[in-house]
Amino acid sequence: MDDVIIGLEIHVQLNRLRSKMFCGCSTSYHDAPPNTHTCPVCLGLPGSLPVINRRAVEFGIKVALALNCSIAEETMFYRKNYYYPDLPKGFQISQYDYPLATGGYVLIKGDDGQERRIRITRVHMEEDPGRLVHAGTIDKARYTLVDYNRCGMPLLEVVTEPDLRSPKEARQFLDKLRTILEYLDVFDGNLEGSLRVDSNISLAGGDRVEVKNISSHKGVEKALSYEITRQRNLKRRGIEVVQETRHYDELRGVTVSIRTKEEAHDYRYFPEMDLVPLRIADWVPRIRAELPELPDAKRERFREQYGITDDHAKSLTSDIKVADFYEWVAARADPKLAAVWIADVLKGELNYRDLTIESFKRESMLEIVRMLSEKEITDEIAVTLIRTILDRGGSPREIVESMGLKRADDDYVVRAVREAVADSQEAVRDYLSGNARAINYIVGQVMKRTKGRADPSVAHKLVKEEIERQIC
Amino acid sequence: MLLQLKDEISSGSAEDYLHRLFERIERSRLNAFTTLAKESALEMAREFDARHWGGALAGIPIAIKDNICTKGIETTCSSRILKGFIPPYDAHVIERLRAEGAIIIGKTNMDEFAMGTSTETSCFGPTRNPWDLERVPGGSSGGSAAAVAANEAPCALGSDTGGSVRCPASFCGTVGLKPTYGLVSRYGLIAYANSLEQIGPITKTVEDAALLLDVIAGHDPRDSTSVASEKNYLSSIGGEIRGIRIGVPEEYFGEGVDPGVERAVWDAVSVLDDLGASWRKISLPHTKYALPAYYIIAMSEASSNLARFDGLRYGLRVGEDRDWHTTFSEIRAMGFGKETKRRILLGTYALSAGYYGKYYLKALKVRTLIKRDFEHALKEVDIIASPTMPFPAFRIGERITDPLSLYMSDVFTVPINLAGIPAISVPCGFSDGLPVGLQLMARPFDEALLLRVASAYEQSTPYHLRSPEVV
Repeated sequence: MDDVIIGLEIHVQLNRLRSKMFCGCSTSYHDAPPNTHTCPVCLGLPGSLPVINRRAVEFGIKVALALNCSIAEETMFYRKNYYYPDLPKGFQISQYDYPLATGGYVLIKGDDGQERRIRITRVHMEEDPGRLVHAGTIDKARYTLVDYNRCGMPLLEVVTEPDLRSPKEARQFLDKLRTILEYLDVFDGNLEGSLRVDSNISLAGGDRVEVKNISSHKGVEKALSYEITRQRNLKRRGIEVVQETRHYDELRGVTVSIRTKEEAHDYRYFPEMDLVPLRIADWVPRIRAELPELPDAKRERFREQYGITDDHAKSLTSDIKVADFYEWVAARADPKLAAVWIADVLKGELNYRDLTIESFKRESMLEIVRMLSEKEITDEIAVTLIRTILDRGGSPREIVESMGLKRADDDYVVRAVREAVADSQEAVRDYLSGNARAINYIVGQVMKRTKGRADPSVAHKLVKEEIERQIC
Repeated sequence: MLLQLKDEISSGSAEDYLHRLFERIERSRLNAFTTLAKESALEMAREFDARHWGGALAGIPIAIKDNICTKGIETTCSSRILKGFIPPYDAHVIERLRAEGAIIIGKTNMDEFAMGTSTETSCFGPTRNPWDLERVPGGSSGGSAAAVAANEAPCALGSDTGGSVRCPASFCGTVGLKPTYGLVSRYGLIAYANSLEQIGPITKTVEDAALLLDVIAGHDPRDSTSVASEKNYLSSIGGEIRGIRIGVPEEYFGEGVDPGVERAVWDAVSVLDDLGASWRKISLPHTKYALPAYYIIAMSEASSNLARFDGLRYGLRVGEDRDWHTTFSEIRAMGFGKETKRRILLGTYALSAGYYGKYYLKALKVRTLIKRDFEHALKEVDIIASPTMPFPAFRIGERITDPLSLYMSDVFTVPINLAGIPAISVPCGFSDGLPVGLQLMARPFDEALLLRVASAYEQSTPYHLRSPEVV
C-alpha cells in the first residue's frame, strides 16, 4: 500500500474539564436530558459574551507538549462563520492564525514493524457545536431536534501531516493518541462523541478526498479501507478521483459525497474581538514540569526496571490504568511473572469479556502471582482463578479453599499416578511398544483424578517413572 | 440635576413622579420609546416610596436603549427579527443600575441594530427631534436622546459604535458620553460591531453623565475586554481647568461643515480659553481614511454578529417551517430591514476569501494609524475639541435614500471608536434654532479629565439649560 497517503484531523473533547470552553456550564451532560446544560453564553443569546476557560488552555498546552509540539508565544481565537442549526451564534469560535501549538510528532509502529514518526502540523482549540438528532436519516428526516448540551464543549483539534500509509497505521496513531490523552487525564474516551476524526486520503498522483464523521477509533480503519477501495476501483476503471468531501455512514460502512471542490465553504475567518490574545509562553515551564510520565518513557522504564520484554512493556503501558495496576503488583511480587500474567492472560480474559482493568482487584492479581511463584497453584489453576473471579467474583484464596484447587501434595499425586497407570494398561502397552504419545493419555487421567491440582509436568515425570518401575 | 431629582423623589413620591412621566410619554409625538415598562416601574416606585432604599441612583427613572438586554422586558434592537425576544437575563449595566436603586421605565427607539445616524431605520418608525418634529433626533440612540431632551426621561443609556451616543446628543441638545473601550462591560449589549462599541450615558448635564458612569463602569468578568475603573468621576468634576492644553484638529473643520456649527465650536474654544485653558491647532493626518476603515470593520463584524438571528430559538418566526436553509433565509429576509441587509452583505463580502486582505486587513492597518494619530496628538495636548457632527439635525427622509451621504455624517465621530478613546458631546449653541454639539476627546481611561473640562465649559454656558418646547 505504498501509494496510500493519509492525513488526519482529530477532534478531542477535553471532557475531564469541569466547565465548558467559554462559559461556566458543566461538562457532565452525557446522561442529562437535552438542553439542560446551557446558559446565555453557550446558547449564543443576543448580548452574551464568551470568556476563555483558562484550565482548558492549560489542558491544550499539556496535550501539545506531550505531542512534542512547540507552544505559541501568544495565541488568539478566530471566528469561523457558517450557518447551521447546531451552531447558535452562526459562527464557531476556533483558531486560525496563531494556533496554540505547531510542529510535533508521535511515534507509532508502522506496518513494516519499524518505528515511524508521524508529524503533527498543529494543535488548536475550539468549541463544540450542539448535537442534531434527525428523525430518520440525514437526507430523509421529517424534522430534526437540537440539543445544545454539547454546545461549547472544549475541543482540541490535532492535525497530522499526510504521513500515514495505511488504515492500520491510522488506527495505530489514534490508539497511541488516545493512550497519551488518557495518561494526561484530560480525556475520557469512553464517553460518546469524545473523539471524532476527519481524514484526508489520496492515492499517489490522485486528488485528495476528505472523509468526515468518523466517530470512533475503530471506525477509522473501516472508513479508510472503504475509501481506498473506492478510489482504487475508480482508478482501475480509468476514472479520475475528484477533490471532494465525503461523509462516512457508519451503519452502512460506506462514504457518500456531500460537496465538491466548487461547493467548498468560505468560512470568512476573522479575529474574535470579544476575546483578548493570550500570552501563554510563560505558562509552559510550569505545565511542562507537571507533565506525567508518558507511554513511551514508561515502556522504556518498565523494560529496564522490571527486566520484562518489550512486547510486555508495550502491552502493559498501552493503558495508564493497566500500567498502574501492573506497577502495584510488580512492587509486591515477581515482576516478570506479574508481567506475563497481566499482559498475556488477564488482558486477554478482560478483552474477551469486554471488561476493563477496573473489573479486577489488584490484590487478587497479587495473590495469584504470589501463589504461582510459591508453586501453591499450577498455571492451569491460575487461569481458572482469573476466569472464576471475572465471572463470579470472590478472592483467589477463597476460591482455592472452597473448590479445593490447591496444588496437590506429592503423596496424593503419586497415589493418583499409581492408580492411573494401573487402570490404563492398554496405554502402557502402547507406550512401551513405541507410541510415546500414549503417555499423554495417562497424564490426563492423573489430572482428572487430581481435579487439575497436579502439576502436569510433574505428573508426566511420575507416570514415566511408574511405568519404568513396573517393567523392572 | 439627577442629584436634585433624587432628593425630590426621596422627599416626595416616586410613584407620582413616574405617573407624570408616563403621562408625558404617552401624550408625546416623538416616538422615543419602543417598549414601556410601566407596570414594573410603578410597582418599583411604590416599593421605593414604602421602603426608601439607598444607592447612587435611588428612585431615579431611567430609559434604556433597546439593544441592551433587560430581564423580562422585550428587547428588539428596533428590528422585526427580534420581536418578542424577552431576555432571560440583565446586561451588566442593568444589574449595576438596579443595584444602585434606579427604576427602568422603558426601552428607547434606535436605528435597527444601531446601524444608522438618524433613528429612521427602526421597524417602529422614526423618532422625531423634540426641537423640530420634522427632523431626525440623530442616531442610533435617537430615542434615548430625544426622551432626555424632551423630559420624557431624566437620563438614559445609549450605545456608541461610531457616534451613536454623541450624534443624537448633539442633535437633541443633550450630553452624551462614549467611554473608553473596555471601561463599561458590554455583557448584555446586543452586538453590532463588538470591537468598537461602548455603552454610554445620555443626560442633561455633565455631572449627571459622571454620576451614571460611576455606576456602570468597572470590571466585569463576563466581558474579557472590560477593565477595572477608579470610580471617582463625580468627584473629579468641578475643578479648575487652568493650564489644560486643548488641541483643535484642522481636519475637523472646513468643507462640508455647517458655518453655524463651526462658529459655535470656535466660540466654545474661546470659552475654554477664557477659563484658563490654552489651545492650539493640531493635525490628525489620517482622519480622511477613518470613515471607510470604520465601515469595513463595523460591517464585517456585523455580518458575523448578526448571523445568530435565524428565528430558531427566539424572535421572529414566519410562514411554515420548511427545510433549514429555506426557513432561516425566509426569516432573515422578512426580519431584517434594508440598511441591516446592506451592511450584512457588504461585511460578508469584505471578509470573503480573496477580499479579506484588501479590505478587512487594510482597515485594521488604518485603524492602527488613526490610533497613532491620537496618541501623538494627546502627548502634546490634554483634550481635543471638535464639532460632534458636521451639521445640525437634518430633515426626516432627507438623507435616508442616500446611504453614502448618511455615512459621511459620521466623519467626526468614527475616528474616536477606531482609536478606542473617550469622547463626550456637550451642547455648545444653536445653528438656525437647532442644537450644536461640542465634541471633546481625551486619552484612554482619562474620563476624569474629560468630564472635568466638559463640566467647566458647560457651567460657563447657558445651553444645557434650554429645553425644546415640545408637545
